[in-house]
Amino acid sequence: METGTVTVKRGLAQMLKGGVIMDVVTPEQAAIAQEAGAVAVMALERIPSDIRAAGGVARMSSIELIQGIMDAVTIPVMAKVRIGHFAEAQVLQSIGVDYIDESEVLTPADDLYHIDKHPFTTPFVCGARDLGEALRRITEGAAMIRSKGEAGSGNIVEAVRHIRAIRDTISALTVAPKEELVARARDIGASYELVRDVAEAGKLPVVLFCAGGVSTPADAALMMQLGAEGIFVGSGIFKSNDPKKFARAIVDATTHFNDPKIVADACRSLGTSDAMPGIDVRKLAESELLATRGN
Amino acid sequence: MLVGVLALQGDVDEHIAALHRAGAEAIAVKTPADLERVDGLVIPGGESTTVMKLLDRFHLAAPIKARVKDGMPLWGTCMGMIVAAHDVADLDQPTLDLIDITVRRNAFGRQNESAEIGLPVAALGEEPFPAIFIRAPWIERTGPSVELLAERDGHGVMVRQRDVLGTSFHPELTSDARVHAYFLKMVAEAKKNVGKTSTAA
Repeated sequence: METGTVTVKRGLAQMLKGGVIMDVVTPEQAAIAQEAGAVAVMALERIPSDIRAAGGVARMSSIELIQGIMDAVTIPVMAKVRIGHFAEAQVLQSIGVDYIDESEVLTPADDLYHIDKHPFTTPFVCGARDLGEALRRITEGAAMIRSKGEAGSGNIVEAVRHIRAIRDTISALTVAPKEELVARARDIGASYELVRDVAEAGKLPVVLFCAGGVSTPADAALMMQLGAEGIFVGSGIFKSNDPKKFARAIVDATTHFNDPKIVADACRSLGTSDAMPGIDVRKLAESELLATRGN
Repeated sequence: MLVGVLALQGDVDEHIAALHRAGAEAIAVKTPADLERVDGLVIPGGESTTVMKLLDRFHLAAPIKARVKDGMPLWGTCMGMIVAAHDVADLDQPTLDLIDITVRRNAFGRQNESAEIGLPVAALGEEPFPAIFIRAPWIERTGPSVELLAERDGHGVMVRQRDVLGTSFHPELTSDARVHAYFLKMVAEAKKNVGKTSTAA
């Protein structure tokens, strides 16, 4: 019997495909997420829009909080560590979380290096803005990738930019002459072997979700049609004024992203409830952007 | 012969690819209209609480039950087996109740206990099957007409009752097509029997 293999680490992400992973800060919110049909929850002390508002240093959440959420639901529980903070990751592995998110939403602990994720039994998900970044994370051992978007912004534009960047570069590789692949790997800062595999398969070797800015059912349908295999929703649910309705509507729209009538039903189910307030990403100072952390 | 893979959530593409490798045509099933077209249905790996809700919300539970009662073979892997079970040990939520077993979810543990195992399955031949268990359920009770096809550490992990097959593990994540071939044989036989009945009628 072998645990922690590449197959079982990537495999759990494969089981989450077509689903919605929701940020939650209490066991009660976790129960609401599960009831709405979430495939997993991300246990956090503060959701990204509140981290943004609070400022200061954002760290791994308290163990008591994560444990409370693990006890409250049967779906997988993910939790975040700071970029490069392998000791936080060791702690999360020891308490048995199902997935570790090495996340730019928290304040980076290492401004040069990400965690070497291979020695861990617990799988990691990491953010990426383009294919090079995604493949560097996979080389380090990430078993799942999420496009970064701009967390806590309520604005889908960065998520669209990042998923398009990843997908467009993959498309270009599939038609590139073989002799160009070494140079293309060098240009995007990724290993030749992975670039060759992506060029052959036309997709990443791990599951690709989208994150950072989804706040309505139509946002979810948009990202799925652009090639995301599932959706992370951070602030979009519990910063809306009717989390139960928003959670269910985003799940329904993710499942039937290709059927505008069902997405319309999901939108209709929200009545006059308001989505979270959004911010114009262009008006954020460079220092306020989360997506540029880690590379 | 056309096999459907329930596509509400989970590792749908992996099953479709594995069915292709085993020599079958396969489509994703998202609506009752899709379901009408297929000769057999696979419910893939995924999250059972999610899919049970979606089956209900999108009116697929009743048509699937009706098709299986009419003799359409069904195979559930992991989540799919939970959804098809008579009941779930730690959950008070209606299932499809298509196979007389009680399952316990995540019974082999959380993700850190997910594992690859060489699993002896007599029905597949001598060579152990490379079984991939991910937050896997086990079968806690089997009814009298259920055939136990494989066990891991004394717990049932593969069962069959007439036209319904269940596995705790994920053959779609390996290149070994034996379980897919086994299911395709069930579908071919069921199709033959349906033909016979209609000829007799």
